[in-house]
Amino acid sequence: MAFKEIALNMGPQHPSTHGVLRLKLAIDNEVVLSLEPVVGYLHRGMEKLWESLTYTQIVPLTDRLDYIAALSNNLGFVLAVEKLAGLEVPPRGRYIRVALAELQRLASHLAWVGFQANDIGAMSVLLYAFEARERVLDLFEEYIGARLTVHGIRIGGVPRDFDPEFVRKIERTLDGLPATIRNIELLLNENRIWQERTRGVGVVGAAEAVDFGLTGPPLRATGVRWDIRMDVPYSSYEDFEFDVPLAEHGDVYDRYLVRMEEMRQSMRIVRQALARLPGGDFTAKVPRILRIPPAEVFQTIEAPKGELGFYIKSNGTDKPERVKMKSPSFINLMSLAHMSRGNLFSDVVGILGSLDIVLGEIDK
Amino acid sequence: MSDRPALLPGFEDILAALEGRFPGAVLAVEAARGECSVRVGPERLADILKFLKAEQGFAALQDMIGLDRGPAPPAGAGRFAVLYQIYRPADRRRLRLSVEADEANPLPSAVATWRSADWAEREIFDMFGLRFAGHPGLRRIYLDEEFDGHPLRKDFPLGGRSGGL
Repeated sequence: MAFKEIALNMGPQHPSTHGVLRLKLAIDNEVVLSLEPVVGYLHRGMEKLWESLTYTQIVPLTDRLDYIAALSNNLGFVLAVEKLAGLEVPPRGRYIRVALAELQRLASHLAWVGFQANDIGAMSVLLYAFEARERVLDLFEEYIGARLTVHGIRIGGVPRDFDPEFVRKIERTLDGLPATIRNIELLLNENRIWQERTRGVGVVGAAEAVDFGLTGPPLRATGVRWDIRMDVPYSSYEDFEFDVPLAEHGDVYDRYLVRMEEMRQSMRIVRQALARLPGGDFTAKVPRILRIPPAEVFQTIEAPKGELGFYIKSNGTDKPERVKMKSPSFINLMSLAHMSRGNLFSDVVGILGSLDIVLGEIDK
Repeated sequence: MSDRPALLPGFEDILAALEGRFPGAVLAVEAARGECSVRVGPERLADILKFLKAEQGFAALQDMIGLDRGPAPPAGAGRFAVLYQIYRPADRRRLRLSVEADEANPLPSAVATWRSADWAEREIFDMFGLRFAGHPGLRRIYLDEEFDGHPLRKDFPLGGRSGGL
């Protein structure tokens, strides 16, 4: 049978679009000719809303951006506010933040590998990955009482201290995770179906990746060694020993490899932070009403999805004049069209999943 | 940790190179909190952006930010501005370029320089109603094409407008 170009709509209620995303595709038989992501179905006008709220009131709303990694959003926003207001966070607070942020990366990557394998058809990985992720979320629940929208990092520090018993509990949880990660790798790494669905699929080169603004694991899977934790350290990351996992082919398989190794590095960082937890306060003294003189800052962090940034402009009141969020998922999704062109239609789901997008963060 | 080069202080070399190539283009420089912000005129913006990428090594456009100072902006300032947050991986320097913008005179699109500007410019168009000349497909990105108004403008009410959509 010979077909000419067919227009095909995927989403916004498709189970593999990770939220409400619509893809407009043009296909020729099984091959993607062009693709256009349509976003905005979850647009809540966050940036507009933030202009009417105080800096403190905005922090819990950042949980609702990348809701798979709420702590990373909290951290990115409060770091920008602290830089703007000239607030110094005590070393203990900085170390606790690093431990929380890396636990969050673990939870986010575990959720990712589960969803990604499920999208490609390896159902059992999801169960292993989510069981392990639950153990990390249990730690968040014990720490702050919530599992997803945690609001676990506050302006000036963190809401609670880590007591020795909780530190031991985190260490015990970490003891159990490498076996799960290894199990997932045993299920996938040499699996012929997994390899054929991911190797050489959704390829992007290093120079193109930089041009498209890709950040995070999709960029490092092309061999570009950019990691904000290393390059522009924040919150004491300069005190920790860790490697930046890289790959070279820039395909779906390499994005998988990078994230799996990042989980090991995250555990390494958490262990260091817990072992060397400095004494002293876990939070700075922050004025009850935080008025910030007119200024502007741009602060970014290495979130699980990529480079997450906040531009804040203050105007002397307790509310920001303007907040602009740099959403890594938004920018990474833009290159989906380029990555999918010429690939099989059935692989679009795998390529989309490999970018690890969250629509809450894209649509703001 | 030994493979972490120290962050270089100062942005004098970049400013000198900019001034050398585009005399009079740098209107103001602000350095605070380890960040450098440079205001340039819109006339030669496209060339300045190309120069910064091709000859100064600013390989990545991290983000583009729209600003609205309200219908009655403070004296000496226009109503809108667009900021370009760019990154040079060699010495990990970040530069913020700011340029005044208005509805009547579109800024040149940066898509030819960095493809990451594509959705960033669409977002600014959607939220502020500012246009970019030469953008390959400038249209709203979040809101419906039929939506009336641009929500991040200061005169757009927080609660929305009745009949907005």
